Amino acid sequence: MAEEIYKLSATEISSRLTAGKLTSRAVVEALIARYHQLNKKIGAFTSLDEKDVLAQADASDARRKAGKVLSPLDGIPVAIKENIAVKGQPLTCSSKMLANLVSPYDAHVVEALKSAGAIIYGRLNMDEFAMGSSTENSAIQKTFNPWDLTCIPGGSSGGSAASLASGLVPLALGSDTGGSIRQPASHCGIVGMKPTYGLVSRFGLVAFASSLDQIGPMARTVADCELLLNVLATPDARDMTCFDSTQRNQLPVASEKSLRIGIPKGLLVKGVGAEVAAATQAAIDFYKSKGATIVEVDLPSSDLAVPTYYVVATAEASSNLARYDGVRYGHRSANAKTPIEMMTNSRSEGFGPEVKRRILLGTFVLSAGYADAYYVRALRARSKIRAEHLAALEKVDMILSPTVPTPAFKVGEKVSDPLQLYLEDIFTIPANLAGLPALSVPCGKSGHLPVGFHLVGAPLSEHKLFAAAQLFESAHSFANQQPTL
Amino acid sequence: MSNEWEIVIGLEVHVQLHTRSKVFASSSWGFGKEPNEQVDPVVLGLPGTLPVVNREAVEKAILFGLVVDAEIPEQCAWDRKNYFYPDNPKNYQLTQKDFPVTMGGKVEIELPGAARNIMGEHKWIRLHHAHLEEDVGKLSHSGSGSLVDYNRAGVPLLEIVTEPDLRSSAEASAFLNALVAKLTQAGVADCDMEKGQLRCDANVSVRRMGDTQLGTRTETKNLNSISGVRDCIIYESKRQIAQIEAGHKITQETRGWNAEMSRGYVLRDKEDAHDYRYFPDPDIPTLKISRETVNRLKKHVPEAPFDRQRRYIEKLNLPYTAAAVLIADKALADWFEAAVAAHPTNAAGIANWAANDLLRELSAQSGTEVGSDETPAVKVSLDSCLIKPAQLAGLVKLTDEGVISKQQAKEVFTEMFSTGKDALAIVEAKGLRQNSDTAELEKIVAEVIADPAVAKSIAEYRAGNEKAINALKGPIMKRTQGKANPVMIDQLLRKLLG
Repeated sequence: MAEEIYKLSATEISSRLTAGKLTSRAVVEALIARYHQLNKKIGAFTSLDEKDVLAQADASDARRKAGKVLSPLDGIPVAIKENIAVKGQPLTCSSKMLANLVSPYDAHVVEALKSAGAIIYGRLNMDEFAMGSSTENSAIQKTFNPWDLTCIPGGSSGGSAASLASGLVPLALGSDTGGSIRQPASHCGIVGMKPTYGLVSRFGLVAFASSLDQIGPMARTVADCELLLNVLATPDARDMTCFDSTQRNQLPVASEKSLRIGIPKGLLVKGVGAEVAAATQAAIDFYKSKGATIVEVDLPSSDLAVPTYYVVATAEASSNLARYDGVRYGHRSANAKTPIEMMTNSRSEGFGPEVKRRILLGTFVLSAGYADAYYVRALRARSKIRAEHLAALEKVDMILSPTVPTPAFKVGEKVSDPLQLYLEDIFTIPANLAGLPALSVPCGKSGHLPVGFHLVGAPLSEHKLFAAAQLFESAHSFANQQPTL
Repeated sequence: MSNEWEIVIGLEVHVQLHTRSKVFASSSWGFGKEPNEQVDPVVLGLPGTLPVVNREAVEKAILFGLVVDAEIPEQCAWDRKNYFYPDNPKNYQLTQKDFPVTMGGKVEIELPGAARNIMGEHKWIRLHHAHLEEDVGKLSHSGSGSLVDYNRAGVPLLEIVTEPDLRSSAEASAFLNALVAKLTQAGVADCDMEKGQLRCDANVSVRRMGDTQLGTRTETKNLNSISGVRDCIIYESKRQIAQIEAGHKITQETRGWNAEMSRGYVLRDKEDAHDYRYFPDPDIPTLKISRETVNRLKKHVPEAPFDRQRRYIEKLNLPYTAAAVLIADKALADWFEAAVAAHPTNAAGIANWAANDLLRELSAQSGTEVGSDETPAVKVSLDSCLIKPAQLAGLVKLTDEGVISKQQAKEVFTEMFSTGKDALAIVEAKGLRQNSDTAELEKIVAEVIADPAVAKSIAEYRAGNEKAINALKGPIMKRTQGKANPVMIDQLLRKLLG
């Protein structure tokens, strides 16, 4: 049985641990073996402290023996994206800039996982500072799609998605600013959720675009994804944008009526691949067959989402990444005579091309004389997009679309065409701009590559999205799938 | 020249608020710590850290607004001011550009009078707004390189911006003195200029008397003393007038001030002005300011110093000088009022003791100089003062009732200051009680009058030389070991000499 452990879902591991049929040590040992076998090939993990994770597993097993189990996640490994702070571990954001940085503190989500008894298991590759859709922008290593090693896994949480799809870990944390959880989830055939903005504390998440960033759960099944989110989503006074317990309890009232699903007008005609369109249509038909009402919803400002996003996100990023100057930590240029020269050279040397591109764009859109034409207009467009979504979500429970227009592309295929790469996020970006919860669920294949569909709900309607996804997952065999490696 | 030109001044005053922790982080702050001792991941801007607004700092800022009759908006918000400098940990500063914590407001100032004991002209200076921001660290250069200390980074800073209402360096000094009094008396800030707790930028322009258009202004940054502000305004206005009179135009520029040389210099002109790329900080949601909070804080607004001064002069009949001294220090004024409550019939007498003898002794004790230019508010501590207000009231009462003479009272006060004993106890212990026994005194006065040695003085007095009577008082005091009530002796002498 031991060789099959890597295939188990977190929920299954949890019940076997409870039943005494499995120990946390056995799980971790099996995953370490799998890591040695596959990680070089996949490139999902940037680091794994074997001694540390085994010690955590032993501590969990000891708790279980003493009858002091902390939560259903006790003893279950959760891998962490490189941009989330774990005390004593690197916090590189897959950038040369922070190559030597060790975090002196834990992110809120890491504290929450530790108090739930989860094993903080290894660090996952990403696009540098979460900027990218292919994980090709990592300064550390490349990550490959487990379903086709010549393809990208998506990004920026490419390491997270690839680690799950290749059975290297049952649960992982990602972060999502414009689709960075959902797009790689779709490309790797796993489940990924971006929660409502404010549901999960950002304390300890290295900021890319503060008003859009959210940490979210990634897993191979809907139930696992929900299990993980429940641990992450707790109040935190260290993030002023994180909901307090009062705000969190204002959950949308569960409707007794049958499920109402909105389909954006003109959705499947815009550059969506035929097989992706077919898989999405099949999902729509499935819900119809289950008694759901399918309604066409009008989101006229959707076309503005991508340009709006690249103004807002880069503006915030240009300011958020200003702190990386080599003064207090991170890469410091050896070629400088004055403090200002040192800061300038450190930044020129430390950042990769995509990060520089976005800092320049963000600096430009905020500059005197241009801010009104770009940044201020983008904020107006953002309000409009949010208002349209909220209005639509008054009429329907959720909005369904493909997660990504096309399946994973070849490594290197779009490196020279960043604008085309930006269109990967056309369906995922509106949820970030509007602060809404959104989920990607596997729903089939395009050739040999997985594709997912996307659900967006009203604020704090995560449970509704999970329920709808669960309905689909239970009736299909796309869940917990791993390619043969 | 001074009749021909009008100087127009607006100030931006940066005040470190009196709070336990920093404005967006839990680190404490204060003076005299080792470099980088008062930092934490948020202060250092470590990746992943987020600011959390310090409620105490916001409430201090609101309290300031209430103290200066400002409008407290329903909400305030923070913006990022982006610029690169090694003392700025995030390379942006959190400040309030569009939604400051207070709007408007006014500060009453008093200009120097014609003499020390004559009240000067009063004037109101309008405020534009005040906003709450974070201080930056300190960069210093050593032979081997540059050093940064982030202890000051994140210290809550209230920037108070005036309207261009000030017309002279004297008005600017008076404004800063009045502002410091308000800030310290409400407990909003300590304003210790030697510790850099109050820094000032001065916007100065000049125009011909009668002109309605403002002249081109310059801004001189980072003046860290009231005398620096005064000197800079004098220098800068003279420079501008000389420029214009020589046919040159004033360049809109940012200037620095060399306090040692008393000279200004150009930092950067308009072309080199920074583009700060302001935008709303996405980490701090707009902060609602509830009316309950405002009403609660209203209870902590102390009486305005000049209202107090008017009350002392008009209701308590204090001379201007004593009133002016007392209102400069809220603790002293409160102390004074507690004493008056214990002996309400002679407030002026109590004020005389408090504003002169008590203050002098306290200053001597703490080694502080009274009333120098840099310490406009007399900084003495009443904490260590052994005399309680009711005890001083007791001393004044004993004097008023004629139990001791004014001369004896000085002796009692000195003893009281060093021991904290009640006046009556000191009087008894020292046997200082004044002799006011009419029969006994009349007997002694009669005996002295009968002494041939004073016959000449009596004759002179009777001939109309009023002062001659004093020659008789000495022998009477001698016979009573100085305890005779001088007022009674005077009356008895006049009675018996007819």
